[in-house]
Amino acid sequence: MRGRSLDRAFQALALLVLCLALAALGALMVDLWRDGAGRLSWDFLTGFPSRRPENAGIWHALTGSVVVIVVTAALAVPIGVGAAIYLEEYGTRSVTARLIEINIANLAAVPSIIYGLLGLGLFVRALAMGRSVLAGASTLALLVLPVIILSTREALRAVPPSIREGSYALGATKWQTVWHQVLPVATPGILTGAILALSRAIGETAPLITVGALTFVAFAPDGLSSPFTVLPIQIFNWVSRPQPEFQVNAAAAILVLLALLLTLNAAAIWLRDRSQQTLR
Amino acid sequence: MRRPPRARSRGFEPLIERALFACALVSIATTAGIILVLAVETTAFLREVPIAEFLFGTEWTPLFAVPRFGVLPLVAGTVLVSAIAMLVALPAGLLTAIYLSEYAPPGLRRTLKPVLEILAGVPTVVYGYFALLLVTPLLQRVIPGLAGFNALGPGIVMGIMILPLVSSLSEDAMRAVPGGLREGSYALGATRLQTSLRVVVPAAFSGITAACILAASRAVGETMIVAIAAGQQPRLTANPLVPLETMTAYIVQVSLGDTPQGTLEYRTIFAVGMLLFLGTFLLNLVSAWLRQRFREEYR
Repeated sequence: MRGRSLDRAFQALALLVLCLALAALGALMVDLWRDGAGRLSWDFLTGFPSRRPENAGIWHALTGSVVVIVVTAALAVPIGVGAAIYLEEYGTRSVTARLIEINIANLAAVPSIIYGLLGLGLFVRALAMGRSVLAGASTLALLVLPVIILSTREALRAVPPSIREGSYALGATKWQTVWHQVLPVATPGILTGAILALSRAIGETAPLITVGALTFVAFAPDGLSSPFTVLPIQIFNWVSRPQPEFQVNAAAAILVLLALLLTLNAAAIWLRDRSQQTLR
Repeated sequence: MRRPPRARSRGFEPLIERALFACALVSIATTAGIILVLAVETTAFLREVPIAEFLFGTEWTPLFAVPRFGVLPLVAGTVLVSAIAMLVALPAGLLTAIYLSEYAPPGLRRTLKPVLEILAGVPTVVYGYFALLLVTPLLQRVIPGLAGFNALGPGIVMGIMILPLVSSLSEDAMRAVPGGLREGSYALGATRLQTSLRVVVPAAFSGITAACILAASRAVGETMIVAIAAGQQPRLTANPLVPLETMTAYIVQVSLGDTPQGTLEYRTIFAVGMLLFLGTFLLNLVSAWLRQRFREEYR
């Protein structure tokens, strides 16, 4: 009897902890909404930074985030998918491939700010890109590369071997098989992984600060070599100011950032569900 | 029978393979780049500051007129905040993992797991806002001596952030424990709690430890929460109620100012970065080794 009640007590305790964690998330959302929702307006979205908090907007940061992520995707997705195809379809048994695998697993756990230092030393200084969109996006591309490679490999592994064998039986070469048969089947899975990786990159702040994204940029980026700022850095800047009006701006900007992330994640989930249906 | 060769594909195939291999090499180049960049600047730094002073000095004032380069205050700050985070995430994460793996009905588990993972997907700058403007003011009502910037608030919030990492990886480890062990335990008349704590958890121990060490590594490398909410005052202290600075927060602080390249101040962030990289790398290595061992146990 004593065992039973202990059992139930433990279950209650675990549920309590779970509820507490979720309550923390809920409290955060409620607090953000209460502080920031009133500040959300068309003017806030399309405005530029200002010393007066009530005039400040996030257009420069929002466009900065979008441009940086698009460039990051253009760099990281092809390289990541290429690397995954090599590891999964070509060099599966070689020593080099095994080494690369271990290396990718290690890279995935390196703190993001270390990537920022790499970006500062390599892209900003050594390659003389300066504190530009290209330097920031290259840094983020290296940061999300391991994640994209890992998720792409999962997607490739989920393609039934019979599809490959059928293609070979018809005389197709390895690349023809990969390009015409394997990749089309794996695409939804690859895209889901890539979108999730990029949504992580959108929220990244530390590496871009290190690379030198500026905290006060009064214009939208107009090219790859343009200085830029992103939404998380603008949020960081506003949170760090003592005036409560700026902190209200931060809350509103966080709401915009979370809405952006939610949209991306919803797209990823939609893609995954669709691909599961077609495979069945 | 000869396969009909396609003229185009013949020369094309090796080229493609080489291009794909080059993509895979980018990851190796990244690791090499990280080590190279950190090593070059750290060596230059150590040429001016003796390594003993850097590693064992107790004062960190590189931006002062009379600079001191003892990294211990930053290390202490990092360890303190991470320890608080682990004090929150370990018990909560393990309880959650045991519940999800051994108790929860499958339907509930399938809904709870993604919801918990939302916690890990929230950008860290948002958690910084949470720690500074919500958690710290709440704590100040209970603890009168708490400063506006401190280690406690960000530590707790960081614990919430890494909770899903602990629970998700530990749960994977527990679910990998063969069902036969559980059934044997039940057959001997053990309750679910006894089975969980005395059979499943010990059997999954190396996997669970690996998860916890990975979470600790994440906490050590976490930047924005501490940069926003812990203050920027390097201080050799174990008191969680006063402002302090972590290694990551220091790198952010210097990066925000426009530090000219080649100065000693510029190099400090790489030296601190090197220490951070080595520390987290060691933790990741131990974690990977434990996971490998765990996998071999139940092959």
